[in-house]
Amino acid sequence: MKIRVKFSKHGAMKFIGHLDILRYFQKAIRRAEIPIVFTEGFSPHMVMSFASPLGVGIESEGEYMDIEIREPLSTEEAVRRLDAVMSEGMRILDFRQIPDEKASNAMALVAAADYRIRFRDGYEPDLDWKKLYTSFLEQPSISIIKKTKKSETELDIRPLIYESRLEEDSIFVRLSSGSAANIKPELMMDAFAAYAGFSLEPFSLMITRLDLYADGPNGCFVSLNELGEKIG
Amino acid sequence: MRKLALSDEILLSIEKPARYIGNEINSVMKDKEQVDVRIAFCFPDVYEIGMSHLGIQILYDMFNQREDIWCERVYSPWTDLDPIMREKKIPLFALESQDPVKDFDFLCFTIQYEMCYTNILQVLDLSNIPLNASERSEDDPIVIGGGPCTYNPEPLADFFDIFYIGEGETEYFHLMDLYKECKAKGCSRKEFLHEAAKIPGLYVPSLYEVTYKEDGTIASFDPVCPDIPSVIEKQIVMDVTDTYYPKAPVVPFIRATQDRVVLEIQRGCIRGCRFCQAGMLYRPLRERDLTMLKEYALAMLKNTGHEEISLSSLSSSDYSDLAGIVNFLIDHCEGQGINISLPSLRIDAFSLDVMSKVQDIKKSSLTFAPEAGSQRMRDVINKGLTEEDILKGSGEAFAGGWNKVKLYFMLGLPTEEEEDIKGIAYLAEKIAENYYEIPKDQRNGKCQITVSTSFFVPKPFTPFQWAPMNTREEFLGKAYTVNHTIKDQLNKKSIKYNWHEADVTLLEGLLARGDRRVGKAIRKAYENGALYDAWSETFHYDIWEKAMEETGISYDFYNFRTRTFDEVLPWDFIHIGVTRKFMEREWEKAKQGIVTPNCRQSCSGCGGKTYGGGVCYED
Repeated sequence: MKIRVKFSKHGAMKFIGHLDILRYFQKAIRRAEIPIVFTEGFSPHMVMSFASPLGVGIESEGEYMDIEIREPLSTEEAVRRLDAVMSEGMRILDFRQIPDEKASNAMALVAAADYRIRFRDGYEPDLDWKKLYTSFLEQPSISIIKKTKKSETELDIRPLIYESRLEEDSIFVRLSSGSAANIKPELMMDAFAAYAGFSLEPFSLMITRLDLYADGPNGCFVSLNELGEKIG
Repeated sequence: MRKLALSDEILLSIEKPARYIGNEINSVMKDKEQVDVRIAFCFPDVYEIGMSHLGIQILYDMFNQREDIWCERVYSPWTDLDPIMREKKIPLFALESQDPVKDFDFLCFTIQYEMCYTNILQVLDLSNIPLNASERSEDDPIVIGGGPCTYNPEPLADFFDIFYIGEGETEYFHLMDLYKECKAKGCSRKEFLHEAAKIPGLYVPSLYEVTYKEDGTIASFDPVCPDIPSVIEKQIVMDVTDTYYPKAPVVPFIRATQDRVVLEIQRGCIRGCRFCQAGMLYRPLRERDLTMLKEYALAMLKNTGHEEISLSSLSSSDYSDLAGIVNFLIDHCEGQGINISLPSLRIDAFSLDVMSKVQDIKKSSLTFAPEAGSQRMRDVINKGLTEEDILKGSGEAFAGGWNKVKLYFMLGLPTEEEEDIKGIAYLAEKIAENYYEIPKDQRNGKCQITVSTSFFVPKPFTPFQWAPMNTREEFLGKAYTVNHTIKDQLNKKSIKYNWHEADVTLLEGLLARGDRRVGKAIRKAYENGALYDAWSETFHYDIWEKAMEETGISYDFYNFRTRTFDEVLPWDFIHIGVTRKFMEREWEKAKQGIVTPNCRQSCSGCGGKTYGGGVCYED
C-alpha cells in the first residue's frame, strides 16, 4: 500500500539538510513502528522517497514523503504515532493512501510550489519595494541568466511565476517546480533585486515553502496531499 | 520554540549547523528555574565524535533522572565557528538550553585521548572561564575531568578543579548532594573543593603539592592539609547489571561516527596485554547479565530507531554467553532491516559462523590484531595470540569466502629487534600464501591484506610504564623496514601497508606520562594556536615544538629515558586496584618473554580482587 506523508519543518529543524532529514525519517518510522516495506537484498532499505528537497535554512508547511507499507494503518493512528516521535519543529500533518501506479510518485508529479518570502529584520531594502514588486510582475518577460556547471543560458522566468501577490509584510508566490522547470524563490528575488536596483545581501530573506502541487485538470494545480485519500 | 545561541546568518555560513542546535531526539529539556544544579558535560572534540561516546550518554541519562539536576551537552566548536565566536564575542553554550556554559554549576569533561588537551582549553576559553583553576572566581563553574586520561591527571592539573578517578556512576550524586549542601550553607568555592576532596575517587589537584629532585624526578607528592587522603582510590561499579544505562540515548540529526545503538556487554578485560592501559584500568572484568542486555537492546532500538546495533567491550569473545546475546540479536533483527556489528571478536569458528550471518562476506573484511610480528615479541607483550591461531583463523575465513584481512601491529615495543619488525611482513606473507593455496576455482579473486602499524606509546598503569619510547628516527626506520620487507616478498601485490605519523605519537607519549610541569607547555601550545591536534589536517607539530622549547619541556626526560622502580611516578598516588608490585613483576616477566595467563586460566594476583566481585569471584 502506497502512502503519502505530509509534514512541516520549522524552527531549528530548518538547519537539517535533506539527506539528514531522510535519515531522520528512517529512524522516526522505526520509533513509530510503521510497518514499512523494505527492498530485497543483503542490505535492505526502506521504500521511501521525497517530493522535493528543501534547501537548508528554508522552513516549510507542506513537505511530502512517499512510503510503502506492508499492512493497512488508519490515517489518524499513523499521524498520531509518527507525530509522537517527532522533534520540536517537525509535525506530521497527514498520512494518506495514494494510487499504486508508478506515475503517482510525488517526485515525478511536482509541478509547482508556493512560497512566502519576507525580508529578515534589518535587511529590508530602503525603497518602496512593494510598489516596485508590482511593476516587476507587470513585465511581459523577466530574463535571467541561469548558470549551470557547464554553461550559462538565458531564461525568461515570467511564465514560470504562476501567481504572486503582496501580503502584509511578505510576498506570496507560486513558482514552477519539479523536473520540467524549477525556479527557486531566491532566483526570482535576485531578478527582482536587479530590477528594483537594490543589492540582495546574503541571508536577507526568510523563506517558507507552503505547499507542493501537481498539474491538475484544466491547467489548474492540485496539492500533492489532495491526490491521496484518508484511510479510515 | 527555543532561541538559538547562534544567529541564522552564522548557522547558515558554517559547516553542519546541526552540530550546534541541540533539539535531537531523546535530548532532555527541563525548566532551568526548577532545577538546583546545572551540568554542562563536554567531550572536547567535534560533535560527531563526541556524540559517539557511550560514557556521556550513560551519565547524561543518569544525571537527568534526578529532578533537581539538568545535564546538558557541549562539544568543541569546529575551526570554522571558533574564530566567529571569538570575533563576535559569543560565549560557548550548551546544546539543550543554548545558555552560556559560564552560567552552569559544573563543566565536566570526559578525556578520552591525549590529543584533545588543547580542545579542553578552547572550551574553557570560549566559555570565558579562566584556563587555570587558580584564576577562577566564585562565579565560574566547577571544572571536572574524568575518563582514561585522568588516570594520569598531572599534565592537566593546572586546568581542573576536580578530577574524578573511576566510573561516573558511583560518586557523582554524592558530589552533587555535597554541592547543594554547600550552596545552601553559602560555602565558598574553596570550602566546597576541600569537602569534595574527601569523597572517594575525587582528586582536587590544588590541594596537593609536588616537589622535585635535582634530576627532575618527583621527590614528594602530598596533600597540603591533613584531612584529605594522600591516595586516590579508583571508583568502579561492581554490579554492572543493576546500574545506570540509557534506554533512550540521544539520536543526532547528522551522522555521528557511531551512528548506532551501543550495547556495552561487559567492562574490563581478562587478557592482561602489557601495553594496554584499558586492560589494567578497568579490572576486574564485570559482565552484564544476559536478561538485562536483551531488555536494553530492544528498548534502545525502539527508542532511537537506529538501524544498527553494536556490541561494545574490550574483548567481546570473552563474554560468557556471547552466543546467547548474538543469537538473540540475529533473531530479533531478522527482517527488520537492522544490522548487527560485532567488533573486537576473536576470529574462530564461532565468530566466522556468526559473521557470515550478519555481514556481506564479499564486502566485509576480517580484523586481526596480532600487535607484534614475532612470537617472541607477542610473548613480551603478553598477547596470547599465536601464529597458529592467526593462520588457522584466516584459513577458515578464506574457506568461508572472505578475501579481505586487516592486520594491526605496533612498532617500537620494548625489547624489539630487527627480526620482530620483519616478522610483521613475514606474517602477512604467510597469510597471503595461505590464501593462494586454495584452488583457483574455489577462491574469490585476489586477497587483500592490509597491514597497519602504529607506534607504541608507553602508558601509565601498564607494565610498560617504565619503558623508554622510541625516537622519531627509530620509529620511521622501523616503518621503512616493514615496508621494504613487504615489497621484497612474493605476494607484495596482495599486501598494502599503512603506518602512522611519528610526530603526533611523540606528543602523545609526552602527555601520557607527563607531570604537572607539562601543563605549561600545553597552555603555551594552545595560546600559540594549537587546536584539534587529534585531526591530521589541523595538527601543527611546529607549534608544539616551539611551546616545549619555550617552557623547557623535553622528550629526553619524559619519553626517551628508562624509569626505575624507585622513581615516584606522577600518577603513583592513584590506586587502580592492580598494584604497582604486580606491574613491576609483569615488566620483569616481559623482559624475559614469559607470558602471564588470563584471569580465567588462573589468578595472577594483580590486586583487582580487592573490589570483591567480577571475574575474580566466578564459580
